Amino acid sequence: MTTSSSAGQSRRDFLFVATGAVAAVGAAAAAWPLVAQLNPDASTVAAGAPIEVDLSPIAEGQDIKVFWRGKPIFISHRTKKQIEEARNVNVASLPDPQPDSARVKEGHDQWLVVIGICTHLGCVPIAHEGAYDGFFCPCHGSVYDTSGRIRQGPAPSNLPVPPYAFISDSKIKIG
Amino acid sequence: MSGPSTFQPKNPVLKWIERRLPIFGLVHSSFVAYPTPRNLNYWWTFGGILSFMLGVQIVTGVILAMHYTPHADLAFNSVEAIVRDVDYGWLLRYLHSNGASMFFIAVYIHMLRGLYYGSYKEPREILWILGVIIYLLMMATGFMGYVLPWGQMSFWGATVITNLFSAIPYFGESIVTLLWGGYSVGNPTLNRFFSLHYLLPFVIAGVVVLHVWALHVAGQNNPAGVEPKSSKDTVPFTPYATIKDGFGLACFILFYFWFVFYIPNYLGDPDNYIPANPGVTPPHIVPEWYYLPFYAILRSIPDKLAGVVAMFSAILVLAFLPWLDSAKTRSMRYRPLAKQCFWIFVGVCLGLGYLGAKPPEGVYVIAGRILTACYFAYFLIVLPILSRIEKPRAVPNSIADDVLGKKKSVVASALAVIGVAGLLALDSGSTARASDHGSTPPSMSWSFAGPFGKFDQGQLQRGYKVYKEVCAACHSMNLVHYRNLTDPGGPGLSIAQAEALAAEIQVKDGPNDAGDMFERPGRIADKFPSPFPNENAARAANGGAAPPDLSLMAKARGYERGFPQFIFDAFTQFQEKGPNYIHALLTGFEDTPPEGFKLPDGSTYNRYFPGHAMKMPNVLSDDQVTYDDGAPQNVDQYAKDVAAFLMWAAEPKLEERKRLGFQVMIFMVILAGLLYFTKRAVWADAH
Repeated sequence: MTTSSSAGQSRRDFLFVATGAVAAVGAAAAAWPLVAQLNPDASTVAAGAPIEVDLSPIAEGQDIKVFWRGKPIFISHRTKKQIEEARNVNVASLPDPQPDSARVKEGHDQWLVVIGICTHLGCVPIAHEGAYDGFFCPCHGSVYDTSGRIRQGPAPSNLPVPPYAFISDSKIKIG
Repeated sequence: MSGPSTFQPKNPVLKWIERRLPIFGLVHSSFVAYPTPRNLNYWWTFGGILSFMLGVQIVTGVILAMHYTPHADLAFNSVEAIVRDVDYGWLLRYLHSNGASMFFIAVYIHMLRGLYYGSYKEPREILWILGVIIYLLMMATGFMGYVLPWGQMSFWGATVITNLFSAIPYFGESIVTLLWGGYSVGNPTLNRFFSLHYLLPFVIAGVVVLHVWALHVAGQNNPAGVEPKSSKDTVPFTPYATIKDGFGLACFILFYFWFVFYIPNYLGDPDNYIPANPGVTPPHIVPEWYYLPFYAILRSIPDKLAGVVAMFSAILVLAFLPWLDSAKTRSMRYRPLAKQCFWIFVGVCLGLGYLGAKPPEGVYVIAGRILTACYFAYFLIVLPILSRIEKPRAVPNSIADDVLGKKKSVVASALAVIGVAGLLALDSGSTARASDHGSTPPSMSWSFAGPFGKFDQGQLQRGYKVYKEVCAACHSMNLVHYRNLTDPGGPGLSIAQAEALAAEIQVKDGPNDAGDMFERPGRIADKFPSPFPNENAARAANGGAAPPDLSLMAKARGYERGFPQFIFDAFTQFQEKGPNYIHALLTGFEDTPPEGFKLPDGSTYNRYFPGHAMKMPNVLSDDQVTYDDGAPQNVDQYAKDVAAFLMWAAEPKLEERKRLGFQVMIFMVILAGLLYFTKRAVWADAH
């Protein structure tokens, strides 16, 4: 008698565990769409397509701001002096060491294209300000140089360079 | 049932919390140790189902609100953007819109169960009245939610229902203006409806807590209608009621998902896929099916104020039920006469629901008056008199006796099931336009019909070609983008092909930094353009009638399927009214109208168009569009292809919906099976 009842018991336990497990899987699967809907929707993704920017109206020493995927992109037409300043730095002494050549496209030294979002906490720095003739973030005092590299203040890294390419001498495609 | 909890936690952390906030004890005494009558049948499961549905509606509603824009100009398109662009947006929207129907199905069964078994009688009067309050709140919430998509039915439903208050003497008009926040239903109305639609479910949840609290003080009623006397009469809530409710819920979810995944628009009205237009009223305004009986009562009374009063009284009379029915015997199981009257009453409610969907003419008006009289007679005459004159049969001494001497009343249950199915089948949308006088379009065979239906890619590509070369000369599709042509489950173009098609159009963009508008080639993120700069230009070019946007055409058009065909449609998953209609319209032109028909100037005779005089000329002719896949180049084929294309445009996630639906249904069948066997194993101990 004991044997058969314990066998019945284990069959029953298996049924309970299986039911619970299947129900748990269902609950977890039901949560998936509830989370997935938070992702960018298809129209947002489509609107994030690459943009083209005509550089010809930007005079030397001038910089413009364009938007791509909701982020400000700074495009600076650097002067000779600014390029010199960016080059004549001991790269090893920088908090985030990167030579200027790694931040611009070869043959297009005068064009600096960076995402204008401070790497500290996401404020937008001001161009042509700060001790290094580059960018200055008014929120917490981070200072970037003419190559957009961090020189002073709490920001941990350089202003990021977005993916872009020259499609002609005076036109770039960002994205 | 109440009083200090017997819950004694062992875990020191639980002990610490329990000493300060006895929440685990509360949960334990309410949902674990709580004694439930042993003889509860599955009609009692609907309480749990209702809690579940309230949860589903709140969760999906909160999420939909994250994507919805409550603005008169943007609301309609934001709902479409949810369905088209948001990840699983179509699922969440259909869960919510069909969830409302399921909520009402469950609440009607719950209420009828209460009526049949006398659940409103002493000591459960407050419990019952709280239920009536919940029902009123549900009606308000459901109505305001229906307004939010800002379609034609939403807009005109809001206009009609708010105008009910204009029946109030002296202050009526001012009250309506106050409700609208304007001189007509408009943006302020939509904003406040959205705010309240978001608020009321939480009020409902609050009253539900009171409802459950009152339930736990008085204890559950049961089919025998006798109070538990000893511990033999009850079983603990967990695991007995929990597992039984779990199985019942799984079956209900299967039913719910049938609608969500396979016939998601069956319970809605096609007119609500037409954007709200304050200048045109749909031929018949019908509420959602769950309000139809009350709508019928409203229309039966040939006086504005009296009609409104009758409609609200029809609900409020329920609150007085505990005093209208003074019978000592609770359950109608032991009251043969009352039982018969109850089923007649159910029939009266179904009849009123049917009449609510019919136009108020001829015999329907008379029938409506008779049934309205019957409805009130049940509460005000039948129950008070019966409770005094009827001699009930002997009730069992205890619940345990009832369980032992149980005979299954299969007939009653079957009747009830049929009743519910009938209620459900009173689909408003398909029955409401009886006076269209159009011929019924023939049912075509579509590759996308049925549970495993898929779009025919070649057909969609041909349909797009017909749209582009013929329809696009007059019509826009401003909810469809070139990128959609590359979406899975669509025409299956490559991104390069879609880009090339988009580049063929010129899009007006700007202003640029000089403040000028400019033209640029289209991109895949652009939508299918309108050939006209604005609506007035479109009207001018088309003899006064603006060609409608085609994005939702296949969902926004329907025709009467008639009784009983529309009941079978729920089982056969018939959802192809739109494409059938489009095909019929495009092939239904006739050069010579039948004798006696006076065709207005500038119109063409069309057999299937309501009224037959169509402003759109016959635009299709054989060999007009060149197909390169060998499909026949004739009007019939063009019409079929473009109808299929418009179906895809209206429901781009159709394939995904059916595929996911199949997986979910299989899963739910397995889960329901496991729950059934677990339930049997658990209840084996109880006998």
